[in-house]
Amino acid sequence: MTDGVHHHAESAQAPAPVFAAVPSVSRIFWIILFLITWALSTWSFALYKAFDARWIIRYPKNLEIPLDRWISNATNWLVEDLSFGLFTFRDFTRFISSLVEAPYDLTRSFLIEGFTIGQGQQALEVAPPLSWIAIIAIVVALALYAKDWALALLVGFCFSYLAIFGQWESAMVTLASVLIAVPIGVVGGLALGIAAYRMPAFERFLRPVLDLMQTVPVFAYLVPILVLFGFGPVAALIATVIYAMPPMVRISTVALRTVPEEVIEAGRMVGCRRGQLMWKVLVPTAMPSLMVGVNQVIMLSLNMVIIASMIGAGGLGYDVLTALRRLDIGGGIEAGLAIVVMAIALDRLSQAFAVRRVRPPGNSQMPFHKRHPVLTLVALITISTTLAGVYFPEFREYPANLTVTTGTFWNSAIEWININFFDAIEAVKTVLLNFLLLPVKRFFTGIPWAWGIVVVGLAAARICGWRLGMMAAVMTFFIAASGLWREAMTTIYLCSVSVLIASLIGIPLGIWAGQNPRANSIIGAMIDTLQTLPSFVYLIPVVMLFRVGDFSAMIAVVLYALAPAVRYAAHGIRSVDEELIEAGKVSGCTERQILWRIKLPLAAPSLLLGLNQTIMLAISMLVITALVGTRDLGQEVYIALTKANIGQGIVAGLSVAFIAIIADRVVTALARSSQQRLGLE
Amino acid sequence: MARKFLAAVAAFSTLAVHTAAAGPESTDPIKLTTHDWTGQIVTTTIMGEVLKNAGYNIEYVQADYIAQFAGLKTGDLHVAMEIWETTGREAMDEATATGNVVNMGETGMVAIEEWWYPAYMADVCPGLPDWKALNDCAEEFATPETAPLGRYLGGPVTWGGFDDERVEALGMDFEVVHAGTDAALFAELESAYQRKAPIVLWLYSPHWAPSKYEGSFVKFPPFSVECYNDPSAGINPDAAYDCGKPTGPIWKVAWKGVEEKWPGAAKAIRAFHVSNEDMGEMVAKVDLQGMSVEDVVAEWMAANKDSWSSWAQ
Repeated sequence: MTDGVHHHAESAQAPAPVFAAVPSVSRIFWIILFLITWALSTWSFALYKAFDARWIIRYPKNLEIPLDRWISNATNWLVEDLSFGLFTFRDFTRFISSLVEAPYDLTRSFLIEGFTIGQGQQALEVAPPLSWIAIIAIVVALALYAKDWALALLVGFCFSYLAIFGQWESAMVTLASVLIAVPIGVVGGLALGIAAYRMPAFERFLRPVLDLMQTVPVFAYLVPILVLFGFGPVAALIATVIYAMPPMVRISTVALRTVPEEVIEAGRMVGCRRGQLMWKVLVPTAMPSLMVGVNQVIMLSLNMVIIASMIGAGGLGYDVLTALRRLDIGGGIEAGLAIVVMAIALDRLSQAFAVRRVRPPGNSQMPFHKRHPVLTLVALITISTTLAGVYFPEFREYPANLTVTTGTFWNSAIEWININFFDAIEAVKTVLLNFLLLPVKRFFTGIPWAWGIVVVGLAAARICGWRLGMMAAVMTFFIAASGLWREAMTTIYLCSVSVLIASLIGIPLGIWAGQNPRANSIIGAMIDTLQTLPSFVYLIPVVMLFRVGDFSAMIAVVLYALAPAVRYAAHGIRSVDEELIEAGKVSGCTERQILWRIKLPLAAPSLLLGLNQTIMLAISMLVITALVGTRDLGQEVYIALTKANIGQGIVAGLSVAFIAIIADRVVTALARSSQQRLGLE
Repeated sequence: MARKFLAAVAAFSTLAVHTAAAGPESTDPIKLTTHDWTGQIVTTTIMGEVLKNAGYNIEYVQADYIAQFAGLKTGDLHVAMEIWETTGREAMDEATATGNVVNMGETGMVAIEEWWYPAYMADVCPGLPDWKALNDCAEEFATPETAPLGRYLGGPVTWGGFDDERVEALGMDFEVVHAGTDAALFAELESAYQRKAPIVLWLYSPHWAPSKYEGSFVKFPPFSVECYNDPSAGINPDAAYDCGKPTGPIWKVAWKGVEEKWPGAAKAIRAFHVSNEDMGEMVAKVDLQGMSVEDVVAEWMAANKDSWSSWAQ
């Protein structure tokens, strides 16, 4: 800031050299651009009336590109007619689903259903599923093996919750799908990440694909997936993998690239081959960052649980949906928390495995059960309880009469808040609506589409170069030409307000968590909860307190998009080089100066990556905002889904993705230029 | 060849042995779709239990209400027990037009959808349920966002319903706000009901809400096809939709292959019949009293053995 003022003053006084004049020219450019946009936005309606030119505010209907119809036809052809001679395209996709289905069915049989021969009423059980006691014993033992008793206790507590609160059966169905989706997502993501790391050309190709995977709302491709992969859990699994994999790919590439050159040199010097260098040097060194990716895959997979249950995955997501449809808030929260505890257990377990130290092997002279007491004990428990399950149903499944429930507590709590505080809440909401949401909404929705294309192009060109500017303009034109201008502007308005509020809350929290381990453990748990607690769970109380409308939608988006802002800020602060902080301390910096002068600037790339992800998540929540009745692109996608209109869904989905891609490119370019200014590159 | 022969023998033997009760023509499971509302699950479970009783293997598959038609067309899914005239007609017509999906007749239940208000609003607005009386006190229903117009909470945009057009055609001082899902719809109703706050919203039956909350449907000029299609019909000579919403049956549909593969089951599906009252009662037992769907269905099956045992014959 002081820098800018300085240049400004200088250029005002004397005919300044070119480089000094740049900031002020840039500033004038932005001010003029904003003023024109603001003026046009404010008076667009008056212009339309004055010139009787409706095209100013509405893209002419007869010039719209009927892309949605083309896409619908193309998909129909793909599904019904495309044939490779020996087999059709659909045979091929069905083959893939059978590949996924086999391990999934196996896992499900182990966890909950048991093994049977025959169908339906003629089915004969040949082996029972694992007893619930055995499953708890196994995860506890895994935790003990990976780390220590504290983790074992945590994991045991999490899984006991599932049993005691009567969520066991659904939880195991969900667990089965997670146990299949996460490995596919992690391995696939890492493989793609490595490929992108090795081949820059591949990365250039991959980036937009990843953007699309992450930003085209799941609802948009749900119908084609159902048709291609069949109804049921497999289609849900495939949708989950598509949604959960991209962060793993991105993080893998970044993590590998940030491995210090010296480490790679050292690897080369000891004579590593290419494969060895990758698996023995690069991947282990990058492991802490890679684990952030694994964390994201687990979290996002569990995030899809609700949507997956809409297309037949069943499990906890289904319980949440049905509970909330009958306004059983407590039931929704219990099932939702079951998703959260499962996420926490799986995440902590996977983290522990990643950093596990190799222990010295035991004395091989001793008998097996003395060398491996825990393993022996678990094996005994597993076999005995599972066999007991054949005769006693209470070993097979947690007895229903021993379950507990919070019952009507939550409903009463919300009712109490509703009756006592509704007016206060309403007052706060009205203020925020009038002074933040509505002005922003009026500004964005007022922008005439033609000027919108120009201004997006100019702004993107200014920040990222003319080539991106052109691309952004073309993408914006696509949105307008699809007849979705108004919906797109509503989307941008909702997202920008939500991202602003999420950043204002999330970044300080992240900085705090990055510096203070105790705060970190609390905030970390809170963030994990928010990201994995299905937004549907809090959407219903939110609607009860804030009514249907943009405000409820905004709250849902903020709660969900908070996570990356916090997590990346904390990660950035934590990964600042210790030596630099030491150097700061030695030269007499205060804590405050260390934060502002050393940590924050060095964490800037992380902060911006976090902002980027916040925007992406906010955009991916659009469909949820449709559930509370906003009229944005998310609603378009949702309408297309409920009408099974593949083309409409994909066009609206692409529009969402284009907005996300433009935002991503601009934020990334800002990050790069800020790095350059700080001399980090 | 051998399999065909065996199947023929099997078919013959079943024919010979059980001439009265036709046994299962195929042991392949019949896939019945379930959705995310209780009434539909109850309906489907009753059908499933009846088919099980007749010896068929059945499988419940969760599927989206509209997306399921893609599966019904290809035979991935076999039977859908509740397609509402009011919300599913378009998708159903499109599917039956392909010839791969067959309409299996009415379920006996009738869908009612209309504007609804809680009983305590009758004190504020004398003259209800007449729509003119509602309009006279529109301001009572206003919120900061809609003032001075009243706020009417409509169903999700996807339900259609022509409420925006209705408000326009009848010259009502209301603004239509669309809920995104029916869960959001009922969340608002619950919230307003707790505070005894004014609310008028879209409700439908059979559903648990009309039995949980006291209130009534608003009486609009009665629906007619002309009123929807012909602007000159109805009280506003220049606009269509100047009347209430239509009511209509809830249909059953099936994949066309069901009739060839399990003719006995197809017969039972066609014969399925349950009344609005029975359904409303069962839904309330599940959603309000917390009973399980299985228990409620078992109770109904025990009490109505005469009616369902005739379906499969």
